[in-house]
Amino acid sequence: MTTTVAASTAVEPAERATVRRSWTQHGLLFIAPFLAIYVMFLLWPLVYGLWASFTSVNIAGTNAEFIGFANYAEALSDPRMWTSLWNTVLFTVLSTIPLVLLGLTLALLVHNLKFMRWLWRLSFFSSFLLPSAVVALLWRQMIYQPDFGLLNQLLGTDILWLGDPGMAMWSVVLTTVWWTVGFNFLLYLAALQSIPEHLYEAAAIDGATAWHKLRYITLPMLRRTTGLIVVLQILASLKVFDQIYLMTGGGPGDSTRPIIEYAYDVGFTGYRIGYASAVSYIFFILIVVVSLVQLRLFRKRAEGVS
Amino acid sequence: MTKRFTIGQAVLLVIAAVLAVIWLLPFAWGVATSLKPEGETTKVPLEWIGSEITFEAYSLVLGTGGLVKWAVNSTVTAVITTFLTVMTSAMAAYGFARTSFRGQRVLFALILAGIMVPPHVLIAPLFVEAVALGLVDTWWGIILPQVAAPAMVYILYKFFQGLPPELEQAAFVDGAGRWRVFFTIVLPLSRPVLAAVSIFTFITTWNNFLWPFLVSTDPNTMTLPVGLANVIQGTFGVRYAQTMAAVVLAGLPLLVVFVLFQRQIIRGVAHTGLAGE
Repeated sequence: MTTTVAASTAVEPAERATVRRSWTQHGLLFIAPFLAIYVMFLLWPLVYGLWASFTSVNIAGTNAEFIGFANYAEALSDPRMWTSLWNTVLFTVLSTIPLVLLGLTLALLVHNLKFMRWLWRLSFFSSFLLPSAVVALLWRQMIYQPDFGLLNQLLGTDILWLGDPGMAMWSVVLTTVWWTVGFNFLLYLAALQSIPEHLYEAAAIDGATAWHKLRYITLPMLRRTTGLIVVLQILASLKVFDQIYLMTGGGPGDSTRPIIEYAYDVGFTGYRIGYASAVSYIFFILIVVVSLVQLRLFRKRAEGVS
Repeated sequence: MTKRFTIGQAVLLVIAAVLAVIWLLPFAWGVATSLKPEGETTKVPLEWIGSEITFEAYSLVLGTGGLVKWAVNSTVTAVITTFLTVMTSAMAAYGFARTSFRGQRVLFALILAGIMVPPHVLIAPLFVEAVALGLVDTWWGIILPQVAAPAMVYILYKFFQGLPPELEQAAFVDGAGRWRVFFTIVLPLSRPVLAAVSIFTFITTWNNFLWPFLVSTDPNTMTLPVGLANVIQGTFGVRYAQTMAAVVLAGLPLLVVFVLFQRQIIRGVAHTGLAGE
């Protein structure tokens, strides 16, 4: 704050032309604070990480020997890297589908309800506001606990929700859907509210049924939003770490370990920052490819519509 | 909209009620467990209410755990992060939207490209940097990396571009400096979008886990989620009533805030979430 006060008093009151010039000249001052933080805490680690991925640097920042592509070669032949990468992709597919469809369904439901909307919004959205550690502790200790947990008791089963390698990923997905569907629900709700009412009125005059309105007005009008939500959801799901690390620790075995946890493991437990950076960069390339493919699809579809 | 109670509405209400109960069940079970005497939390078949309703677990957790300290850490770091994020990105966004200088477009492209970089891929190099800068186990270590959020610059840039420049020009002619124009005209006009960005940033920072988890090893500097995961898990692991009391206490603040400011939060989340368009 002190710098801004100083800067504002430093400006001489001047006539239009010079004010205009100084205005454009000093644009950099507006950008400087953000730029400094951006360079220090995003750009620099990005560059340093790239460099580190070609070295054997450890967590203390020492022993940095240039080893070329050795880290990448090791990663590409590392079965645990592939397993965790596959887990991340699997989680993304398994979670994105229900998160989008259920988000849409809940939004359609609440949008068409005329009573106590705030209550429904609260019910479906509030879990999104819980920290991951709260969600993970709650589900691991009280819901999935095999002996007295809520789920086995209600269903009358004795399933090892998190302890069975064939089950753990599904359980993680279920928790994630419960935890985060509220976000997509909210985005859909906002999109539904922005569909002009007169479209429905016109359809009603033509004698359209509720199904027709949904099929020929609502869903087509939501197409852009759906595209956006799918993109956001895929990118969010690819970054999964918290709930898996806190509920299963990546286990049993490596059956739920996502790629971020693997990078964390080799970097922070194995102290190999160089190798962790290489694994991170492989994952980063995947993210960039997915983003570019989606951008492409988006463009095409947008052109196709218009 | 006319409010008429029809059969259709009744059916939808029933469906919504069933789904809402399912959705609230897990948290309700956590609350129920936290209110039981410790000896009754693992009972089979399950009972929602124990032999007595007791707040013993809460007083034990508040007395021994670092819960209050973590809540303070969470609040301080989330508030400072939100303030710095909104201020620096609003200024940068305004700089890009309203001024021009050599290299501006390259700089803007460089910042926008950062939207594609998930913070998760930076953890290893960022940690080495944090060690070198002495940021481990400090509030600033938690705060600063989270302020580098280029998406917020983009959202605010879009907004400033949509503002009619005439107001600013008029103030300009009257001899106001650029900072005064920014602080007394532009920022007040942008209150809704600033609120949206603030709310979004606050929620994500308050709940952020990975980076605060890596950068705080000392229980005294941990945020609520990190302390919960690290310490509660170890200390209260099998004391279920106490673990659930901690879970409820840690989850509650944002839920209370949400109930109080539901409208603003929904608008904030929806606006910021959809602004990527």
